[in-house]
Amino acid sequence: MTEEIIIAGFGGQGVLSMGKILAYSGIMQDQEVSWMPSYGPEMRGGTANVTVILSDERISSPILRAYDTAIILNQQSMDKFEDAVKPGGTLLYDPNGISRHPKRTDINIYRVEAAKKAAEMGNIKIFNMIVLGAYLNIKPIVKMENVIKGLKKSLPERHHKLIPLNEDAINVGMKSVETVSTTV
Amino acid sequence: MSEIAIKDIIKTENLVYKKTKLMTDKPLSYCPGCGHGTAHRLIMEVIEELGKENDTIGIAPVGCSVLAYEFMNVDMQEAAHGRAPALATAIKRLWPDKVVFTYQGDGDLAAIGTAETIHACNRGEKIVIIFINNGIYGMTGGQMAPTTLVGMKTSTSPYGRDVSLMGNPLKITELVAQLPGTYFVSRQAVHTPSAVRKAKKAIRKAFQNQLDDAPGINFVEVVSNCNSGWKMTPVDSNIWMEENMFPYYPLGDIKVDGEIIK
Amino acid sequence: MGELRLMKGNEALAEAIIRAGADGYFGYPITPQSEVIEYLTAEKPQERTGMVVLQAESEVASINMLYGGGATGKKVVTSSSSPGISLMQEGLSYIAGAEIPVLVVNVVRGGPGLGDIQPAQSDYFQSTKGGGHGDYRLIVLAPSSVQEMSDFVPVAFDLAFKYRNPVMILSDGAIGQMMEKVELFDTIPRLTDEEVKERYPWATNGKPKGGERRIITSLDLDPAKMEEHNRHLQEKYRKIEENEVRYEEFQCDDAEYILVAYGSSARIAQKAIQLLREKGVKVGLLRLITLWPFPYKRIEELAAKGVKGFLAVEMSAGQMVEDVQLAVNGKVKVAHFGRLGGIVHSPEEVVEALEQKIIGE
Repeated sequence: MTEEIIIAGFGGQGVLSMGKILAYSGIMQDQEVSWMPSYGPEMRGGTANVTVILSDERISSPILRAYDTAIILNQQSMDKFEDAVKPGGTLLYDPNGISRHPKRTDINIYRVEAAKKAAEMGNIKIFNMIVLGAYLNIKPIVKMENVIKGLKKSLPERHHKLIPLNEDAINVGMKSVETVSTTV
Repeated sequence: MSEIAIKDIIKTENLVYKKTKLMTDKPLSYCPGCGHGTAHRLIMEVIEELGKENDTIGIAPVGCSVLAYEFMNVDMQEAAHGRAPALATAIKRLWPDKVVFTYQGDGDLAAIGTAETIHACNRGEKIVIIFINNGIYGMTGGQMAPTTLVGMKTSTSPYGRDVSLMGNPLKITELVAQLPGTYFVSRQAVHTPSAVRKAKKAIRKAFQNQLDDAPGINFVEVVSNCNSGWKMTPVDSNIWMEENMFPYYPLGDIKVDGEIIK
Repeated sequence: MGELRLMKGNEALAEAIIRAGADGYFGYPITPQSEVIEYLTAEKPQERTGMVVLQAESEVASINMLYGGGATGKKVVTSSSSPGISLMQEGLSYIAGAEIPVLVVNVVRGGPGLGDIQPAQSDYFQSTKGGGHGDYRLIVLAPSSVQEMSDFVPVAFDLAFKYRNPVMILSDGAIGQMMEKVELFDTIPRLTDEEVKERYPWATNGKPKGGERRIITSLDLDPAKMEEHNRHLQEKYRKIEENEVRYEEFQCDDAEYILVAYGSSARIAQKAIQLLREKGVKVGLLRLITLWPFPYKRIEELAAKGVKGFLAVEMSAGQMVEDVQLAVNGKVKVAHFGRLGGIVHSPEEVVEALEQKIIGE
C-alpha cells in the first residue's frame, strides 16, 4: 500500500500539523512515511501545503506532481491541485470559501464542512482534526488507536490534555463527510 | 681578550640572564631592533614561571609573527589572517583547563580580524590576547595599518595618512576595554629595560587571571617599533615611537579586574 | 532497534551530532538549516554529553572555531547553507592544508549570490573540486533521506579522523526540511581528554611532558617543502579514491539506460524509474553516496557493458554531469537534466528528459 497525499490550504489552518499527525500515525503502524512542506514553484501562491506519503515500502520521491488524494482547504489550492489528483483518486475539500467547486468526473469527490463544525464545537483550532476525521472515514489507512498515538508523539506533553478534544473532532469529521460524486 | 679569560667569565655562578627553555634555539627571523622577539620571550618566560609548559596552546597570526610557532616552544596553531580569536575560543571551550593565548599584529587583530576580536572580547572568552601594535604592515612591505598615525608615511599612504581619505587610526584597545567581556586591558611597550619589566608584569597578570578563571578576556597591547617599515634606525625608531606613538597610544593599564581605570 | 522518531532532516542531523559523540558545534543561522543550531541549543547537549554548542558571529568565525577545536583532536562540526559555506572556503582551505579532521554540513539552497531559500544542488563543483584556494579535496557524502542525515554523521567523523581530512555532508533544502521516520543510533560516548591525547598524538592540546611540542600550520615558506607537503596530500587523496568510493545501484542489472543522481534528486529519479519501468523502459539508478571520491570506475564499467546512455539528474545547470562524462569518456551518450535556482524537478519531468535527451536520439 502506498498513499500519496497533498494537503493544501492557508497558513494557520493546521495543514502542516495535520500532515505531521498523519505521518506519525503511519510510523505507529510500522509504515514508511515522508512529510514534505511546500517547496518548489508551488510555494509562491501564498498557501501552505504539505505532501505526505505513507507506504509499506521504501518511499522514493518525497516530491510529487500527481497524488492519490488531495485535501483542499482554500480556493487557490483548488485551482492548483484539482488537476493533480490521479484518475480514480480522491479529492476532499471544505466548501467554506470555495467559489469554484471541483468539476472532474474521473475522481471521487467528498466534502466536509469542517470550518462550520469547528465553529459549532467552539474551537477553531480543531478544524484540521475534523478534516483528518473526514479523510480517515474515506480512506481508513491508519487505525484510530495509531492516530491517538501519533497525536501523543506530535503534541508536546503540556498539550496532551487536549487529546480527547482532538479525538472528538476526528469523530465529528468522520460523521460529517459527504459524498459529492464518485466514479463508480 | 684571550680565550682563557672568556672561559673564566662564562661560569654558572656568574650567570645573570638565561634564555627561557620555552624559546627554541632557532634564530629569530625578525629585523634587528624589532620588538617582536622581546614580546615572544616575555610570554614564554611567564608560561615557564607559571609552570604551564605542558598545558598551553598558542595561536600565531598572519603578519611578521606568522612564524611565531617556530620560536615558541609550546603547542602552537597557525591561524588564517585575523581569525586567531575564533580558534582560541573553540580551544578554550573544549579544553577549559588549558592556557590559551593569541599573538596578533595590528592588521590581523584590528583590520581583517576586527569581528573575531570584538566578539571574542564581547563573549568574555577566558583567553589571553597579546596585541603587537607597530602601526604598519611589516611583513607585506610597510603598508598602512588600521593603527597607522595621521600623517604617517607608508607604502600605501606615501604622502602621509590623510584622515579624509583613509580614516582615523583605530584605538581598538580602548574600544575593547568598553566591552563587559574584557577583564584586564593594558597597553605596554618593550623598548627599554623598565618598559620590559612593566610589560612582563602585565603579561603575567593576564595569564594569571586566566589561570584564576577570571571572567573575561585578558588583553595586552604592546606598542612596538618597526624600524624597517618606518625606514629608521632601531634607535631612531624608538625615539620616534616615544614622541609620536605614545601620545596617541598612551601606556598603562586601562581596565583592571573588570573595572576601567582610565 | 534504535529509537524511532519523525524528524526533519536538519533535526535528525542535530540529534546525530550529539549521539555521535561530537565535542563541539559552532555555527551561524541561515535558512534552510537553522533548525540544526535551534535543535542543539534546545537539547542542552552540554548536559546530555558535555558537548559545547556556540553561536558564532559569522560563518567565517565558525569555520575557524572548527580549525582551532579540530586541531586539538576534538570532534567538531558546523553546518550552514550555500552563501555561508562560500564564506567558509578560506577556512576549509587552511583546514585541508593543515590536515585537521572536521565535519561541515551544507544544506544547499538556490544560488548564485543570495539566491533563494529553496533546495538546490548547485554547490557540487565547490564541494567536490576544492572550493577554496590550493590543491585540496574534501570527502563529500550526500545523504538522500532523513535517515541518512543521521547515519552519515558518525561515518563522516570516522572518515575525517581516519584521513585527517575535512569531510562535508552535502545535503539540500528538501532533505533538510522534510520529515521522515528515523531510527536513531545509540549514543557513542565522547572521548575523554586522555583518550584524545593518546589517539591523536599530532593534536595541539598541550605539549606532552618530556616530549616535543606540536605545530598545526598550513604554511611553509620553502617551496620545496611545500611541494613535498602537496605530494603527501595527493597521495592521501589517491588512497581515499582507492578505498572510500560509495554508491548504491537500483535496478541497474538489466538497465539499458542509467540515471545518475544524488541527494533529493536520487529520490525523484527513483520514482521516475518506477514510472519508466511501467512503460517498459529498462532503466536503473546509480545513486552517489560519496560525491568525492567519485565512482568513475563503476560508471566506466557500466558504459562498457552495454548501457546505451546516462542521464545525470541534478538540481543544477550541469555540474556532476561533467564527472559522468569523464567516466563515460565518449563511449555512449551522456546528457543532463535539472531545474535551476531552487526549483525541484518532478519525477514526470525526469521521465520526459530521459525520453527526449537519451532514448529519442
